[in-house]
Amino acid sequence: MFQLQDITKVYRKRQQEVVAFKATSLDIGFGEYVAIVGPSGSGKTTLLSMLGGMLSPDSGNVWFEGESLYDLPINERTQRRRERIGFVFQTFNLVPYLTALENVQVPLFLRGANKAEQRDRAAALLEQVGLGNRIEHKPSELSTGQQQRVALARMLANNPRLILADEPTGNLDPDSREAVLSMFDNFVREGRTIVMVTHDPVAAARASRRLRLNDGMLITPETIPNTKAA
Amino acid sequence: MNLKTLVWRELAERPSAMFTSTLTILLGVTALVAIRHVTVFSEREVGQQLQSLGANVLVLPKDATLQDYYSADLTARTLPESHVSSILLENLAGVERISPKLCVSAKVANRDVTLTGILPQSEFQAKAAWQSVSLFSNKHDGCKKAACGPKTYDAAPETLASQRTIDQLKGNEAVIGADVAEFSALRIGQTVELFGEKLKVLAVLPRTGTVDDSRVFAHLHTVQRLTNAGEVVNAIEVMSCCEDAAGGLVPRLAELLPDAKVVTISQVVSTQVGINRLMSQMSLFVLGILAIVGGASVASTISSNVRERRREVGTLMALGATPSLVTRMFLLKAWALGIVGAVGGSVFGLIVAVVLGSQWAGVTVKPLPDLIALSIGAALVITTLAALWPARSAAKLDPCYCFQEV
Repeated sequence: MFQLQDITKVYRKRQQEVVAFKATSLDIGFGEYVAIVGPSGSGKTTLLSMLGGMLSPDSGNVWFEGESLYDLPINERTQRRRERIGFVFQTFNLVPYLTALENVQVPLFLRGANKAEQRDRAAALLEQVGLGNRIEHKPSELSTGQQQRVALARMLANNPRLILADEPTGNLDPDSREAVLSMFDNFVREGRTIVMVTHDPVAAARASRRLRLNDGMLITPETIPNTKAA
Repeated sequence: MNLKTLVWRELAERPSAMFTSTLTILLGVTALVAIRHVTVFSEREVGQQLQSLGANVLVLPKDATLQDYYSADLTARTLPESHVSSILLENLAGVERISPKLCVSAKVANRDVTLTGILPQSEFQAKAAWQSVSLFSNKHDGCKKAACGPKTYDAAPETLASQRTIDQLKGNEAVIGADVAEFSALRIGQTVELFGEKLKVLAVLPRTGTVDDSRVFAHLHTVQRLTNAGEVVNAIEVMSCCEDAAGGLVPRLAELLPDAKVVTISQVVSTQVGINRLMSQMSLFVLGILAIVGGASVASTISSNVRERRREVGTLMALGATPSLVTRMFLLKAWALGIVGAVGGSVFGLIVAVVLGSQWAGVTVKPLPDLIALSIGAALVITTLAALWPARSAAKLDPCYCFQEV
């Protein structure tokens, strides 16, 4: 699914350069469940942003399903993101003035789905994540666990092949965390690819592969048997 | 879900954030619409006055103002009626008609009206014959009017509304304005009681939109007798054949009647024309203020909204929103502010123009759809231009903001 070749991303601030991410080669295959771990500021989110087509590297290529992602015009890159990639955020990033249903409708609207399709699909997804009775609730009227489930329903709206998750369990209580990780296991079983940035060892342990980052460098790519996802 | 829903939900959730900008646009458009409406109708009024009064010259008491004349508020100031004979006997070049008037306050059906005494033109003919004067036959040098021949003085009384004179009017007859006829339910042939005397309604004048609508016209000598005013008038309108003649008549009349004020209609309206010009310039000034203050306010509001919503915009971009959609989202918000401000401003401006136009400028204001559309259009263009830069900057936001706490 992904091939990263000779990637370098450097941030410049006050005439100082900080290497945010550097990798000579990294492949992520279809159906993999990858956890990116490492201390704060190690380049995890930079890597996730580059995989999501939102941050171009200073050098090198990011190949996504056979296309050089950053050689595509911005609208085509946006289209790839819209149709093939789903995002999960640590603080859920729900639109506060929209209901749960409307939040899930957003990616469908961006794809150009008609009103009926938007409503039916969003309602079905909310039902699937166990929030069928909360569709008219706004985020502020939901618990954090429920908010993350709305965010998961939104992520699934356009049936993405790739899920990029940034600390998906970082703000959740143990029960909600387990519920989210169980859903991730199911997504992998459905054939989706997950790349998850996490500080949470429990979450990282559920992945089939862990990438450790330190000061922007990949230290020990390691692959572990994933009993739950298999 | 669509772009409109997305924008509307946010506006409905936090209307106070947009309140200042909307209010700025609303006030700007209110001022623009109000000033332009009053100006347009004031200009029309002046045009109507010029058209209806033609190349008139007014002879007024020295201490009377032009405003007194137009509001028919001349009751306290008079001229001797003998001035009419003086003008007649002088047989001034270019004079076509003379219309002396005496205005007094009266009541009809318990409503205040202006009773205006007027001398019918047929009496001038009789007076001229009696005094062996060739009536209104002295053509001035270079007169452009083709015919100045003998006149018959048998026109219908309704022509009073357009020609300022009446050919035939008996001492026991009256001609009433449209408003008077309406509120008193008087018809031709019925009688109207004034100062205890019944006068037969000879005609009802067509509506003119001027003070004439609330006047009752009667024979000058009847009015003098009923009010014990004596042989006086408030104003003498001298209709000349053309503008050139009117200009030449002023010094002659001023010399002939040293105790009177003599003005031409172009002089009468010059003040109003000046005010109209000032108001016209003022409306351009208001448009400029609307562009600068309203534009700056919208730009500031949208910029601040973009700053506050960086993460939300980043999230939308991560979910697949294109830069053009993000631009449209913020432009739509600006248009919403612009439309609410412009439509509200047009309504308020119209109300202000209708109320103040009649009170301050003495004009009846009606909605001008073209002007309202133009004001709304101008407000929308201003809001679009003002919001364009912040909207485009929103489209250029780094989508990675979706991963950050901002």
